[in-house]
Amino acid sequence: MSILYDERLDGPLPAVDKPALLTALHDALPDLEILHRTEDLKPYECDGLSAYRTVPLLVVLPERLEQVQTLLRLCHQRGVPVVARGAGTGLSGGTLPLAQGILLVMARFNRILEVNPQGRYARVQPGVRNLAISQAAAPHGLYYAPDPSSQIACSIGGNVAENAGGVHCLKYGLTVHNLLKVDILTIEGEHLTLGSDALDSPGFDLLALFTGSEGMLGIVIEVTVKLLPKPQVARLLLASFDSVEQAGGAVADIIGAGIIPGGLEMMDNLAIRAAEDFIHAGYPVDAAAILLCELDGVEADVQVDCERVAAVLRQAGARDVRLACDEAERTRFWAGRKNAFPAVGRISPDYYCMDGTIPRRELPRVLRGIAELSRAYGLRVANVFHAGDGNMHPLILFDANLSGELERAEAIGGKILELCVAVGGSITGEHGVGREKINQMCAQFNDDEITLFHAVKAAFDPQGLLNPGKNIPTLHRCAEFGALHVHHGQLPFPDLERF
Amino acid sequence: MTPDLDMSQDLLEQVNQALAMDTPLRIQGGNSKAMLGCPVTGEILDTRGHRGIVSYDPSELVLTARAGTPLREIETALREAGQMLPCEPPHLGPDATLGGMVAAGLSGPRRPWAGAVRDYVLGTRVITGHGKLLRFGGEVMKNVAGYDISRLMAGSFGCLGLLTEVSLKVLPRPRHCLSLRLEMNVRQALGELAEWGRQPLPISAACHDGQALHLRLEGNEGSVLSTSRQLGGQSLESGFWEDLREQRLAFFDDPAPLWRLSVPTTTGPLELPGRQLIDWGGAQRWLKSSATAEQIRTQLAQVGGHATAYAPGDDSTAPLPGALMRYHRSLKQQLDPQGIFNPGRLYPDL
Repeated sequence: MSILYDERLDGPLPAVDKPALLTALHDALPDLEILHRTEDLKPYECDGLSAYRTVPLLVVLPERLEQVQTLLRLCHQRGVPVVARGAGTGLSGGTLPLAQGILLVMARFNRILEVNPQGRYARVQPGVRNLAISQAAAPHGLYYAPDPSSQIACSIGGNVAENAGGVHCLKYGLTVHNLLKVDILTIEGEHLTLGSDALDSPGFDLLALFTGSEGMLGIVIEVTVKLLPKPQVARLLLASFDSVEQAGGAVADIIGAGIIPGGLEMMDNLAIRAAEDFIHAGYPVDAAAILLCELDGVEADVQVDCERVAAVLRQAGARDVRLACDEAERTRFWAGRKNAFPAVGRISPDYYCMDGTIPRRELPRVLRGIAELSRAYGLRVANVFHAGDGNMHPLILFDANLSGELERAEAIGGKILELCVAVGGSITGEHGVGREKINQMCAQFNDDEITLFHAVKAAFDPQGLLNPGKNIPTLHRCAEFGALHVHHGQLPFPDLERF
Repeated sequence: MTPDLDMSQDLLEQVNQALAMDTPLRIQGGNSKAMLGCPVTGEILDTRGHRGIVSYDPSELVLTARAGTPLREIETALREAGQMLPCEPPHLGPDATLGGMVAAGLSGPRRPWAGAVRDYVLGTRVITGHGKLLRFGGEVMKNVAGYDISRLMAGSFGCLGLLTEVSLKVLPRPRHCLSLRLEMNVRQALGELAEWGRQPLPISAACHDGQALHLRLEGNEGSVLSTSRQLGGQSLESGFWEDLREQRLAFFDDPAPLWRLSVPTTTGPLELPGRQLIDWGGAQRWLKSSATAEQIRTQLAQVGGHATAYAPGDDSTAPLPGALMRYHRSLKQQLDPQGIFNPGRLYPDL
């Protein structure tokens, strides 16, 4: 089942008369930049999930909010689908364009409107890059906590739409935990303020509902984020293990000891070797798994916690525990982990990054399941794991130039996600559903749950004009998916005959 | 002790019957939050039979329990494992349940530093207005599949569906805790709090009662002791915070109506008739006042905050701007089309 929009499965899209729409847009918004020629539209055909591409009908690049409002009203009136996009770094195809839809690029709204050190918040436009917020807050000793690995490039509007995470979520939370207020425009062009400058607001928690809604309920036009004081110190421990089971046990033991590390990351042998070849971080290449455990806070506390964690790690069977001796070594240890994806990219022509979450205790079982799938499908899988919060990133290695390999990579990826669901986890921890995991949604939710999601959508966008086909599958798609796949509740095994 | 029991099928049956008969339901657990919102006319649906901790694995930092489980039972289980609900939910009565805690969405003194109830909700099971028992979210920390229905349920006062089970993220209790009392006036206290907020200090509660600033420090021994030396003041009995959370301080004895004011952290002293108590480091103010709702709300609107009356009534929840109210109605209509769940509890026409 292809993940590109399929009207047979995803529902009919309105037929849009492009020349007539262009004329109407020019009339209503004479100063709006509109791209409409194929060669201009081509660069916008995909986001960070670049294996899937669709050239949009039109691309618009507004610079003023009134333009966005007028555009939305016009699209609402004429029944034109709208896909919003920020920096386009998303990994799940959440901003994959539609051939019959407008791609609304919010990247030009890139001003930081206010940094308030007394109130510890920053008010920014949606196109502001994640890292730029922390940079603007740094002179005040403050920062914005969520740090997705794309933070140099990704924009805050997209972070809100995807409820972006990062490597510090266990202690500092996801995007949803770090927002005060989000201003949106509905498809009708109505301006709503969700949340407030206070810590709560009356009525339903629409801010929570909106965060992670993948551009399906409204367009983000302004974001007020919380800022935190920067921790005084951060120390990093590197522990090596002879088995992934031991490493998994060590994670449970650290938390059992009442310690919440700032970051807690695991890598398996294939990921360790790839990273070491690339970065020369000083990782033990013969270890079955390593754990990186960062402790941050006030000097005196961190010192004590480091000693405590080192003892726990040794007790759990670590054959070696090293404390990064200085900032240079700490940065090097982290560099190996943070470059794990490109490192894997060097040992394979292509790789496909998955994003399932599991209860941590299920880690050994899931890793065994992934190893079995890897053998059955004949594709290598490297495992990188936000161990503290149970978020796995299996990297499937393949070669798109070999016939059938992309399809095999997709198939094993789907099986891995179904395995995550089977052990009580989720198909996506932080990358979002987008188009990528639209089929696996049918494994995680039953028809009644999917129907309720559609009801939520209908409350905000009854015509289904905002980002059609993303996030929530149609029941029709799920019926087709169910007919093809072993259903959840049991461990999935590959059906090799199809390949 | 009442035995643990899974009554979800009975609850589902009651909801389906209410749907068939078109009878509104008044969802009730321990009835400890009855002072909030508008009184509901409807058949009482008692959740307390559906109770018990379903799973709790301290090393996973997740607890799942049925909605009717007494809050104190959950807190006891957590305490025995050295853990806690970081949002410190107020009970406001001896029989508070988990379902009521989530539906009311109230958080205690640790709120500004640790987060609100909704920040710790990972998953829910909900009986919907279409008579289905559904599951959203789960027992994992990170989960962005589908819309976040679970967090939407927090603070919705049962108006969008009947919660039957909740999974919460929990955290280890801090190793050290120390409370201080510092003599200073309100203006000075708000200024100091703004300054301290920019430093990585282990403050986990801050309240000014008109005479003095009360602070709680939580963390490892090193940071708690060094901060306490840095700030000075007298030591304070730690029971103060529970008394504050449960509205047992002398301040709350005043016969005048009680209001909760939620304001931006940077808000200075508020000039309102009556007496005030500052909580949440300045972001929550308790007001004992006979002033009218309109008088209070006009002033709150000027600073970007809102006021909730702690007495049942049609206007106890702050009104919403028209457009936002329209989307509230639309959401209610979609999720509870027959309007059987707590009609009018939050707003008269919801």
